[in-house]
Amino acid sequence: MTTLSDPQQGSFRLSMLLNDTRYRSYTFQFVALLLLIALMAFLGINLMRNLAEAGLNISYGFLGVPAGYDINQSLIDYSSQDSNLRAAMVGIINTLLVAFLACVTATILGVLAGVARLSKNWLVSKLMAVYVEIFRNIPVLIWILMIYTLMTAVLPSPSAFRGDDPASSMFLGAFAFTNRGVYIPWPVWGPGSMFVVATFVLSIIAAIAYRRYAVKLLFDTGKLLPRAWPTAAILILPTLLAFFILGRPVSLDYPALAGFNFGGGLQIGAPLIALWLALSVYTGAFIAENVRAGIQAISRGQTEAASSLGLRPKRVMNLVVLPQALRVIIPPLISQYLNITKNSSLAIAVGYADITATLGGITLNQTGRAIECVLLLMLFYLTISLSISAIMNVYNTSVSLKER
Amino acid sequence: MNKSVFFGALTVAGVLAGASVAATLDDVKARGNLNCGVATGLAGFAAPNSNGEWEGFDVAVCRAVAAAIFNDPQAVEFIPTTGKTRFTALASGEIDFLARNTTWTFSRDVDLKFDFVGVNYYDGQGFMVPKALGVSSAKELDGATVCIQTGTTTELNLADYFRNNNISYEPVPVETNAEGQQQYLAGACDTYTTDASGLAATRATFENPGDHVILPEIISKEPLGPLVRHGDNDWGDLTRWVLNALIAAEELGVTSANVEEMASNATNPEIARLLGTEGTLGEMLGLEADWAKNAIAAEGNYGEIFAKNIGEETPIGLSRGLNAQWTDGGLLYAPPVR
Repeated sequence: MTTLSDPQQGSFRLSMLLNDTRYRSYTFQFVALLLLIALMAFLGINLMRNLAEAGLNISYGFLGVPAGYDINQSLIDYSSQDSNLRAAMVGIINTLLVAFLACVTATILGVLAGVARLSKNWLVSKLMAVYVEIFRNIPVLIWILMIYTLMTAVLPSPSAFRGDDPASSMFLGAFAFTNRGVYIPWPVWGPGSMFVVATFVLSIIAAIAYRRYAVKLLFDTGKLLPRAWPTAAILILPTLLAFFILGRPVSLDYPALAGFNFGGGLQIGAPLIALWLALSVYTGAFIAENVRAGIQAISRGQTEAASSLGLRPKRVMNLVVLPQALRVIIPPLISQYLNITKNSSLAIAVGYADITATLGGITLNQTGRAIECVLLLMLFYLTISLSISAIMNVYNTSVSLKER
Repeated sequence: MNKSVFFGALTVAGVLAGASVAATLDDVKARGNLNCGVATGLAGFAAPNSNGEWEGFDVAVCRAVAAAIFNDPQAVEFIPTTGKTRFTALASGEIDFLARNTTWTFSRDVDLKFDFVGVNYYDGQGFMVPKALGVSSAKELDGATVCIQTGTTTELNLADYFRNNNISYEPVPVETNAEGQQQYLAGACDTYTTDASGLAATRATFENPGDHVILPEIISKEPLGPLVRHGDNDWGDLTRWVLNALIAAEELGVTSANVEEMASNATNPEIARLLGTEGTLGEMLGLEADWAKNAIAAEGNYGEIFAKNIGEETPIGLSRGLNAQWTDGGLLYAPPVR
């Protein structure tokens, strides 16, 4: 009585789509897919029909016509006579800029806070606990508005720097903190500056090569070379040498009062600072929790085993705990980066010209092409988020456990 | 949820909600009330009072239209719209009538397929600066930082004006008038620009209004008016003539106080035609004969509406200026009622 239960091979009947558990799930999935497509088609057709009835159409022609408005922060050349598409590009670059800056600072802040929260020092760990709980439990929009309002209300306006006995003066004679933003000196690239930059790039490559050599020497012979000060020397000395030999081709342009505002140097606008800081401290609090979770996920046995091998606490952290913790930290970190990018659309609250403010705000409003603009916006955020996700997943694969 | 995704969903939902475009009057009558798009809250123009009832200069126009149709100024559903959502709401049929200080421009009239039914407020864009800045003309504002309400026509006028005069500026976009006022007073911008009426109203609320001057240049024309969807001319005619009736009533001396008396014993034939005791004007619009009488009785004639909501006796404190009757040197001029 052992051969009875074997099903017949290769005989597929249509009724099995419903009755056989092996195929039934496919049937349901197929039906669900059909329903989804039908719903989408209905929405699309309905939209087009209603637009046609109102005499409107979906057209992206407005992207080519002059935008007509000015933007206060633009990393590429832009004037009010450029097209709406150009204005959207300015917005995209501004979005990417603030997202990138905030991702970097939030990561640094988050890792420091996460590690410090596990510190044995009572004061440090409690301070970090307070930071995390306060910042992640208040909406990021409130933080953006608070930092911006503080900046405009507390810092002096440029006119306070004017006159023989000004109410405010520049910090170190080079930095001006005003309620319109921070003005800092900025390098001017003279002739020959290319060589200085090239020297610096080569120095970075040399420094990396040196560190690799040191690691290889350690593994091969057990000889430990110093790493910190030679790296610094390789990075700085050749560049300094090139700078002076070529007769100082790079000079600094200092900000100075000119008319109503400061001229010269680099202006970092108050909206950018407010948005950048707020996104950093807010998301940093979440990242701190991810880092803490990642470190605590590594069993104490690992630390104890490493200690018993004679590794010092710093090396235990760097060589044993962190590499393993990264595997736990990276996936939630990806979603924090995505959050930063999407939360940057709150920029409009402080007048930062991101993509939501240019394409989704002024362009939408002035052309009235709401559906087109919102579709483009969705496409942009989707593309950026998926790109970040893809890049981080590649990194995640590179640090994940290599099973042999 | 991402803000833009939310707006997208709203947009699609709004367009889906839109039914047929034609015969708006039939739809409104069947529904029993008028769906009127107004600002989300702009003192004097459209804002709910302490009892939650909408009132203001634009709101009064909505009530007049509702009174002309239903003889009931309360038969209005007010739908607050932002600068971003107003056109989508009108195009989709979510609202029948948009009265939200919207500037009449070519592209809005032609490209966006709307019909402006008239102008209920003539405005123009100006600049306000602190006296201490020592500026007496907008042409001296080279390099200045300018606070500007984003998403408005003033933003485009500003860019045009500075480009035309070959001077530069740095815009500081703000969302609302309150935010602009705060930035301006904190010195985050050298000058604040918006419609001159708005500047006057804003300056009036300052602690020391005398420390600020409004520069003489008016750099744009801002005719603000109500609008309807393009394509339903009957509905456009109806709303246009309700507005004209309010303006004509002021010219003819018909007020909410004397409208009943005027209607019963009108000697002036134009008043008699307007109030429906003579002729069949109401029938031509598809309304009762006393449509205009009800519209005027609702909130008063144009002058009464102006005085009650934004006139010199109110905190907004605007003088009639360009918005006086043509007989008083203003631009208000209703076509003949015949």
